[in-house]
Amino acid sequence: MGRITFVEHNGAKHPVEIEAGKSLMEAAVENGIPGIDADCGGACACGTCHVIVDKSWVESTGEMYASEEGMLAMTPEKTDTSRLSCQVTVSESMDGMVVHLPEFQM
Amino acid sequence: MSLLSSRLEPALQPVLDKVASRIPLHWQIKGAHAFQSVKKRAGKNRAVPVFREVPLPGVSTLALADIDVSNPFLYRQGLWHSYFKRLRDECPVHYQANSPFGPFWSITRYEDILFVDTRHDLFSAEPIISIGPQPEGLEIETFIAMDPPRHDQQRQAVQNVVAPKNLAQMEDLIRSRTAEVLDHLPIGEPFDWVQRVSIELTSRMLATLFDFPFEQRHKLAYWSDLAAGSPETTGGNADNDEGFRAAADMARQMSSLWREKEARKAAGEDMGFDLISLLLANENTRDMINRPMEFIGNMVLLIVGGNDTTRNSMTGGVLALNQFPDQFVRLKQNPDLVPNMVSEIIRWQTPLAYMRRVAKQDVELSGQTIRKGDKVVMWYASGNRDERAIENPDQFIIDRQNARKHLSFGFGVHRCMGNRLAEMQLRILWEELLKRFEAIEVVGEPEYVQSNFVRGYTRMNVRLG
Repeated sequence: MGRITFVEHNGAKHPVEIEAGKSLMEAAVENGIPGIDADCGGACACGTCHVIVDKSWVESTGEMYASEEGMLAMTPEKTDTSRLSCQVTVSESMDGMVVHLPEFQM
Repeated sequence: MSLLSSRLEPALQPVLDKVASRIPLHWQIKGAHAFQSVKKRAGKNRAVPVFREVPLPGVSTLALADIDVSNPFLYRQGLWHSYFKRLRDECPVHYQANSPFGPFWSITRYEDILFVDTRHDLFSAEPIISIGPQPEGLEIETFIAMDPPRHDQQRQAVQNVVAPKNLAQMEDLIRSRTAEVLDHLPIGEPFDWVQRVSIELTSRMLATLFDFPFEQRHKLAYWSDLAAGSPETTGGNADNDEGFRAAADMARQMSSLWREKEARKAAGEDMGFDLISLLLANENTRDMINRPMEFIGNMVLLIVGGNDTTRNSMTGGVLALNQFPDQFVRLKQNPDLVPNMVSEIIRWQTPLAYMRRVAKQDVELSGQTIRKGDKVVMWYASGNRDERAIENPDQFIIDRQNARKHLSFGFGVHRCMGNRLAEMQLRILWEELLKRFEAIEVVGEPEYVQSNFVRGYTRMNVRLG
């Protein structure tokens, strides 16, 4: 089984076993990773499951739709590799992926 | 469009915009007021509805087509609950053809509201988010009532003032100002919680956010109440002439506050973390004062957005804990539940009943066909009590699972920008209350605001123990 590692803003690392087919947000919430609020429950409607994907892994997170871009634009800590984790589907090919959490969700 | 040019030829627009930036804003508002007064005397104004309160019928006596949830007394008379439950069960997407605000659709279930709120490609927030229009001559422009991409540009310019990073710096100040208010409350004798706590704390917060003269902070609440309370807009009881005078006064005072800070910045002084200082520090917004309608629109939006909402959640939380006393016992045993309870208070109160949209094309929703151009009202107050989405929705449960999954902040690009500030203010209030008081008892019946938009209280007597 592969692993994805979430890194909190303070540097704390949380490796999580890959469960293919779930969203990255669900993977975080179900494993008790702090710093993901996901207020809308995965509808791409609140922007509070923001993550910053390690540059080398951006391509494997897949395509971004306009609705996600629109929500991310409202996030003060947005970077070039920001994603809403509810819009990323976890797959076995993500073994070793590193995902950073922003300081705050808004 | 500026106030000055709103009645004139579109071809003159660029010239007039330039002129508008050179005429003090409060003069423009006075001019618009005079113009409207002349029009009114000539009988040329749009008709403004007049609301007189009568006891409303029980919803079971009405035909579906006659149910009108825009009535501004529905909340005050405690009937909103039964009216919306019937719509959710029997006609979740409901058309009211003859309201005093014209025809409109009501969206009453959680999932349908989520759909409308997130599809800004199908539903426009323009020109305004209330059921009725803004008063003639006072049509200000705010990004809450703009569609992307204009919405995004304007919101991005101001959202940092309430971003969590900025809030973290303000927490100590908010806590000390909250403590000061609570330390002066009487013990054992009834007083009006709305006036002494809810209005006082939100006015202090707004004065802090704007770095507005602290001793004049009551003006912020006063301006906000007038801006949200016009009869034709929300069924409120604000006076139109008073509204014009308040708008002119606000424009004058906010403009001079801006100019003072601009001068301090030019002199190389250290700038604070208040709204105007942040706008002056941002390349895209440092000359916003030269775009008067954008400037005043942002000021009004932030004052109104930070006022009624938090104020009525501060009162609503006390009322909820009185109606569910076992929850207050649990809260005292587990003060760590405060943050979760704050979300539950915001759901239970739903301080703003709805947001309105206009269909940009024909849309099928829950078996109904909404036509292009129709008004569509998303009733958050109903969605937050939808049994299909929320378990035991009428119960107030401080450790409710997924308490954050409520509709009160809206969803999609218009989601409440101040949500983190609101949560922080309420969290601090309850943390400080629990340190000081054993009992917070509501005495008698609260009095309610007349509005179809603001779900709030004008008075609520409380005795502390």
